Amino acid sequence: MTAPLREPASGGAEQDTTLVSVEGLVKHFPIRAGLFRRQVGAVQAVDGVNFSVRQKETFSIVGESGCGKSTTARLLTRLLEPTEGTITLEGRDITHLKDTALRPLRREMQMIFQDPYSSLNPRHTVGKIVGAPYRLQHVSPPGGVKKSVQELLEAVGLNPEHYNRYPHEFSGGQRQRIGIARTLALRPRLIVADEPVSALDVSIQAQVINLLEDLQEEFDLTYVIIAHDLSVVRYVSDRVAVMYLGKIVELADADALYSAPMHPYTVALMSAVPVADTRRRDERERIRLSGDVPSPINPPPACRFHTRCWKAQEICRIEEPPLAELVSGHRVACHFPENLPSEVAGAAAR
Amino acid sequence: MTSTALRDVTRRQPGQERQPFLEVLDLHVHFPTDDGLVKSVDGLSFSVERGRTLGIVGESGSGKSVTSLAIMGLHYRRASERSRPGARLGGEILLDGEDLLSKSPEYVRSLRGKRMAMIFQDPLSAMNPYYTVGRQIIEAYQIHNEVNAKVARKHAVDMLGRVGIPEPSHRIDSYPHQFSGGMRQRAMIAMALSCDPELLIADEPTTALDVTVQAQILDLIRDLQREFNSSVILITHDLGVVAELADDVLVMYAGRAAEYGSADQLFNRPAHPYTWGLLGSVPRFDRPQDERLLAIPGSPPSLIHVPPGCPFHPRCAYAARNEGRSEESRPELTPIEPGHFVACHLSPTDRAQIWADEIAPRL
Repeated sequence: MTAPLREPASGGAEQDTTLVSVEGLVKHFPIRAGLFRRQVGAVQAVDGVNFSVRQKETFSIVGESGCGKSTTARLLTRLLEPTEGTITLEGRDITHLKDTALRPLRREMQMIFQDPYSSLNPRHTVGKIVGAPYRLQHVSPPGGVKKSVQELLEAVGLNPEHYNRYPHEFSGGQRQRIGIARTLALRPRLIVADEPVSALDVSIQAQVINLLEDLQEEFDLTYVIIAHDLSVVRYVSDRVAVMYLGKIVELADADALYSAPMHPYTVALMSAVPVADTRRRDERERIRLSGDVPSPINPPPACRFHTRCWKAQEICRIEEPPLAELVSGHRVACHFPENLPSEVAGAAAR
Repeated sequence: MTSTALRDVTRRQPGQERQPFLEVLDLHVHFPTDDGLVKSVDGLSFSVERGRTLGIVGESGSGKSVTSLAIMGLHYRRASERSRPGARLGGEILLDGEDLLSKSPEYVRSLRGKRMAMIFQDPLSAMNPYYTVGRQIIEAYQIHNEVNAKVARKHAVDMLGRVGIPEPSHRIDSYPHQFSGGMRQRAMIAMALSCDPELLIADEPTTALDVTVQAQILDLIRDLQREFNSSVILITHDLGVVAELADDVLVMYAGRAAEYGSADQLFNRPAHPYTWGLLGSVPRFDRPQDERLLAIPGSPPSLIHVPPGCPFHPRCAYAARNEGRSEESRPELTPIEPGHFVACHLSPTDRAQIWADEIAPRL
């Protein structure tokens, strides 16, 4: 199971099958004020997002706080109700399914949460926590719940004898493993992980990343990973979407995105990451963005990045750039993209 | 360890006579609890020169924050205070030759702000929500400088402007909750730097921030240090941040130093298996990587029951090579090249061989 996560990029027909896709996804959280709680505005957390996730791939969404990446994850798993747009899981529109119709769907998709301390009930034993999905879904696994839970604990690298222990007896990394065991109970096809390792220590992070990779191989899982750590994202992902203020600004294969980022925001984000290599301390070209991310209540018009972009021109304030596929498999929403291959740039000029 | 041997560590280069600006010798910080004695820091020695940055790296519970609070004199030492058992401190903390542990709390307090200052990880809990940001900066400045309110306010506006707060003369009257996370962190840095401290301790100053804001803050610390020639202690778990900013690095494990040397030595010739593990645990940002991460098995030990001998031995892949010494005797910090110290029982030949065959090709 030490095989690398990434499969060869050859891409057979089966590999390219879409598991889940979203189109025009919008989530506005209303802001109410006054005596009659009238809506006076909206936090435009996610504002028109399109992407599709292929079977057995790892698709990551990166961005800074407030960019809408966690909201997207919660919309995808239908923990939040979308304002607009459609979510399709295996060809089936799940955008507005009611709770009762959603419940069987939960077997197909599960979520891993960021904080292993608040996502486990402290009054329940590990056995009860990991076995909860069976109870809620009225599933009786072959061999019984206890046996299945113990197998799951073993699969995530925990001692099956810890069945009767409580969460507080475990360290952060072990708790995250308990959470992962729970998501695996119903053998889902899609796992949405919101910052799965960011609350863990460095050495434990690596253990959990390795575990997620092994489980993907073993259970044929598709991952959607929400993260802000660009190093972790590069390592685990097949494809990466970069979000800024509720929109996807760039979407590409991980290696293409990291070796030749095209959106100025992605370029700035990459140049800001500290690299654990003293020899490169002075070699790197840094782009420092000034100021903070604007408020999603009143985002800048047209291209949302124009207020902080060093390449911004008049058109960026007037016309919103579409997320266009400028190079095969590499989509970017910018009027003046970076790292544009010369032949594409030439064609565009003509 | 004898005090001369300790000084070999803190003076770094053999034969150095000059007193470093901050010299910590054989520091112990123990907390008595109902479950037993928590040995948060257990025999730690290091030094920081003026104008240099020391990065302290380690996982949660390695004692890095407890060390910084000990330097700042922020541990409750008397049992009566706040009805919690007092911390037991031992060893020496020499700031410009003066042992802080033997001084009164009142005296150490008079040093805070001017001689040493601290940037905390969480600005929201480090600032008083009832007072405006400006008032909190002005207060510290007026304690150490005999100036009238007008001058102090002008200085506070200057400081806020220097750390990149827009419209500082207007924002000085804002409350902490009116600032964004990045602005709050910057305001706290302005507060810490308002009296030009000679020693600045930054405890995870950017952990809660996004990368683009983190880059701004790191630039700021670097620029201000150059300007004032301050000593900086940067506490972090992010090896990338250390590689960018630190001149020297101290790797801590279970309250002790595992490895200590220059940033160049630590990143390019790391010698302790724990340092190898830390470096191997971080995925590379700057190049594709298909091999698995070199995770360290297990978790950090309890500080009440620290494993005997080398505290890292239960997680160490090479402990078996030392004929039981790792389980029995605690390795001392010993030099392997000038200025580079490691606390490990591996023989130099074993270490060189493991590094060349197993570790270097994968980092």
